[in-house]
Amino acid sequence: MDGFLRLITLQDSSTRTVLVGTVILGIAAAIVGTFAVLRRRALVGDAAAHAALPGTCVAFFVVGDRSFAGFMLGALLFALLAAAFVAFVKSATRVKEDAAIGLAIGGFFGFGIVLSRIIQRHPTGNKAGLDSFIFGKAASMIESDVRLIAIVAAIVVAVVLLLYKEFTLLCFDRDFAQSQGWPATALDLILMTLICGCTVIGLPAVGVVLVVSMLVLPPVAARFWSDRLSTVVILSAIFGALAAFLGTAISATAPVPGIAGFSNSGWPTGPIITIVSASIFILSMLIAPRRGVLAAGLRAFLLRRRIGLQNLLRSVYEHLEPGGDLGRPWAIGAAGEHSAAAPRAHRAGLITTNQDGRFQLTHAGQQAASELVRVHRLWELFLIEQAAIAPDHVDRDADQIEHLLPAAVLAELEERLQQTGRMPIGPSVVPTSPHPTMGPR
Amino acid sequence: MFLAAFTSPLLAAATPPAHAAARVWMTIGTYEIRTDDLWIIATAICCAVACGLVGCFLVLRRMSLLGDAISHAILPGLAIAFLLTGSRDPLAMLAGALVVGVLTAFLSTGLHKLGRVPEDAAMGVVFTTLFAIGVILVTVAARNIDLDPGCVLYGLIETTPFDTVSFLGLTLPRAFVWLAVVLLVNAGLITLFYKELKIVCFDPYLATTMGISAVAVHYGLMTAVAATAVASFESVGSILVVAMLVAPGATAQLLTDRLRSMLLVAALVAALSAIVGYIFALIFDTSVAGMIASAALVIFIAAALLAPRHGFFPRRTRQLRLSLRIVQEDILGLLFRWHEQVSAMPTTSAVPLSRADLLRATRAGWLGTVAIALLTTQRHVLKVAGGGLVLSPDGQQTAAAVIRGHRLWESFLARHFGVAESRLHAMANRAEHYLGSGLQERLGKSLHAESGPDASVQDPHGRSIPPSSPPSQPPSR
Repeated sequence: MDGFLRLITLQDSSTRTVLVGTVILGIAAAIVGTFAVLRRRALVGDAAAHAALPGTCVAFFVVGDRSFAGFMLGALLFALLAAAFVAFVKSATRVKEDAAIGLAIGGFFGFGIVLSRIIQRHPTGNKAGLDSFIFGKAASMIESDVRLIAIVAAIVVAVVLLLYKEFTLLCFDRDFAQSQGWPATALDLILMTLICGCTVIGLPAVGVVLVVSMLVLPPVAARFWSDRLSTVVILSAIFGALAAFLGTAISATAPVPGIAGFSNSGWPTGPIITIVSASIFILSMLIAPRRGVLAAGLRAFLLRRRIGLQNLLRSVYEHLEPGGDLGRPWAIGAAGEHSAAAPRAHRAGLITTNQDGRFQLTHAGQQAASELVRVHRLWELFLIEQAAIAPDHVDRDADQIEHLLPAAVLAELEERLQQTGRMPIGPSVVPTSPHPTMGPR
Repeated sequence: MFLAAFTSPLLAAATPPAHAAARVWMTIGTYEIRTDDLWIIATAICCAVACGLVGCFLVLRRMSLLGDAISHAILPGLAIAFLLTGSRDPLAMLAGALVVGVLTAFLSTGLHKLGRVPEDAAMGVVFTTLFAIGVILVTVAARNIDLDPGCVLYGLIETTPFDTVSFLGLTLPRAFVWLAVVLLVNAGLITLFYKELKIVCFDPYLATTMGISAVAVHYGLMTAVAATAVASFESVGSILVVAMLVAPGATAQLLTDRLRSMLLVAALVAALSAIVGYIFALIFDTSVAGMIASAALVIFIAAALLAPRHGFFPRRTRQLRLSLRIVQEDILGLLFRWHEQVSAMPTTSAVPLSRADLLRATRAGWLGTVAIALLTTQRHVLKVAGGGLVLSPDGQQTAAAVIRGHRLWESFLARHFGVAESRLHAMANRAEHYLGSGLQERLGKSLHAESGPDASVQDPHGRSIPPSSPPSQPPSR
């Protein structure tokens, strides 16, 4: 535990490097990833990541074993090649984008396996390279590696901030951007290059498969908290940094069972970062106030209850209307009302039960009911007049909309109906229903 | 069976044990194809074709990435099964992987519907998280076995011949038996449910109205994909299964338009990739699975560029030829109108149109130059002294046909649709290239019948419509 505390207060010099590296990476990937997700290009990052394998192998043949920058460059070139391949297939053939991405992933990675197997037989090649490519080897990141990652990440973030407005336009309305003279294709290419760049610098840290998680998870988590792009970008950067920080810290300090297959110390960093990121995502999905699942469910539940109550009042009103006396008691169920809302109506003081066990509207209940019916019939009238719906169809539409009418719209409706002479005079008068209402529906 | 996947790849470098009667079946250069090699090729073919057949439907339904997601997500399924059963029981592993495979599809769709996450991002979220869990679990499982996760990803088909079972009295490689069974089951299911698969692929709503549960077919397909992926990854690894799921189907999509032939072509392409891949792996002494995937990619690129109907180059060539024809007809039309003007005012001396004039008017650039050159060679257009161009009698006939179409169409638009006069020319300019003599005849008759004889003889601008000419005489007259 104190190992963990030492680590997160950056006192441990060996892990400090790794922490800095992964956090910078997390921020850059999250920012670029926001635009990638918006542009539906998230999984092209997966293709780019897999295509980086042959790139690093080719770099090995060209520059030998020890050049990290060389590997990164080779990886970037092949990642761009894969992205270009996907773009070409999508635009020039009838094969769709998802198949193109799948092809790039399988084909390029297969070619990479071919090359890496050849390298393994090479005197200076080593097998560990492939594993660290697939699973990442954050724990063995050295300072020069981190410096390179930091530089590339800084460039990526700088470009995004510089072209922020243009990328926003590109993501939300590409055609408009093009019609306004923006070079949409060039911007798309720049975005693709940034995605490839982020993917490539993410490889040493978390490996091929999980680099996509750093691009995708923070933005979709941030999306639940806001509808504004700037907020989503900032929040996504925070989530990315948090996941990277916590993930690296946990993977370095959590106890490891027995023989670890592929890292010198602790757990593999990549998966832990992904799992932390996924936890943030699930948490956001559940508890975010407006777009979160729980909040939406609660809203839907409350709306259903409100509608249930209002439907009960309306059924009762239409049952009592022909008799002219809204205070008349009725036998339970005789008005065709749903009994489920009755207890709530009781609690709200709109209904009472009299001595014979029959229900009766209170004064408040009568007011509420007549107001509801007035609104309902106003809207029905409006729909018939303005939207040319047959009278017996009107009931269903009005049912949905009447619960969503704000007061301002109501007033406007009344005035317009008054002008056309269709509205009975006086706000307390209830217009007659345009369709028969007797009995349960 | 999964011993191969969990063994260090040092095995790959080890020399195989000597087999009695390791017969040489053929020789390519200095490389000998022995019985062992044939078994590997046969296994690879079964794997590739099994994946390719199921993959066709994934490609058609735009679900290729679900195949990718499932093959990544299988890792935790295997690890869980191993941890729960404490053994490498293949059926337990298969069950574990199947569950996770279907779970992937289910979770992705659920996230998309419930969380309103965009579809591709939802898949990315699900499979990376599951893969991460898988790696963690495999780390825990690594305590008990010498685990090499890389092999799970790229397989070890080279060891196929050494792991044999006795099947119906024969000694066969276990992987081959397993994959042959999967292939037969896949082919059988596709044959049995061909109609349902076809309808759900192309019109799921229609399928639902017909009583075919699109959801059931969908999850059935996902199960088949997961099962095929699990069976295949021992041979080619889970990531390369992605290549075999997508490449044959995508290649077939470029080569054919019918579902039945697409399945056949996909099977052939898959088999070809397997054979070619193995041979090249032999020559370069490298990973068989990787070579098969690379071969599949190369075959796809070849098809994308050269397929007769949908390939890039044939399509561009057809487009160029069409553009050339259109430019030629435009030029003929311009010259015809010039001739018309000249014969209307015979007294004024008329300067023939030059090449530059024509190119400027048609805005055709290099294509126009080629068009004029072609027309001159075909003797439709003649050069006169002073660098001008005029129509030959043959050229007059051809041009007349084009202008006839143009003016008939103008007449038709004006009289039947009331199109304003100012817009007629532009619309007819496009239509004239598609009005062959048959259509022209019908237009002429229709105009004559409904609007009187004038309509088929004079266009709305008052110019006369050239009469239809008899079929052109051969040039050697």
